[in-house]
Amino acid sequence: MTDLLSWLLLLTGSGFVLTGGIGLLRMPTLYARLHAASLTDTLGTLLILLGIIVQAGFTLAAIKLIAIALFLLLTGPTASYALANAALLSGAVPKARLLDDL
Amino acid sequence: MYTVACIAILITMILAIIRALAGPSVYDRVLAVNMFGTKTVLLLSVVAFLYGRPDFLDLALAYALINFISVLAVLQFFENKPTDGDRASEEIR
Repeated sequence: MTDLLSWLLLLTGSGFVLTGGIGLLRMPTLYARLHAASLTDTLGTLLILLGIIVQAGFTLAAIKLIAIALFLLLTGPTASYALANAALLSGAVPKARLLDDL
Repeated sequence: MYTVACIAILITMILAIIRALAGPSVYDRVLAVNMFGTKTVLLLSVVAFLYGRPDFLDLALAYALINFISVLAVLQFFENKPTDGDRASEEIR
């Protein structure tokens, strides 16, 4: 039962991580790439770490994994926001606004 | 079971490296490097359980800290850099 749950979480997480990688490579604009990368960064990471936590049980390793998950959840969106902000400040205009101006 | 997750993460890391090498703007490269760092943390966590060595989790935690700080530092550097407006908006898309 535990193995099945862990399998499911790890497989779903792997799928999300792969989707993020493909999106990062294939999306047309910077902001679309940012969206693909940041969205799957948090979800894929959380699912894979949850899968390992289920496998680890109540041990010190599980506590460390929870700390890693919390830290990644805190820093991932912050880094994405800082990146988008820096890109916007340096003059990269999102495509949608360009279409509105026309 | 861990092998599947390992392979998926490794493929994603390769895709991120391709984007970092090919990225048209500097922000694409920073994004790809940031993603590469996050995936490194994940890979370390999975490898710790793949080989049954939970010591690797400490490395993963340390790497997560270093990665976050370095990405913010690089962004601060590029944010303050004066860029030529037209060229920048032409370049970054």
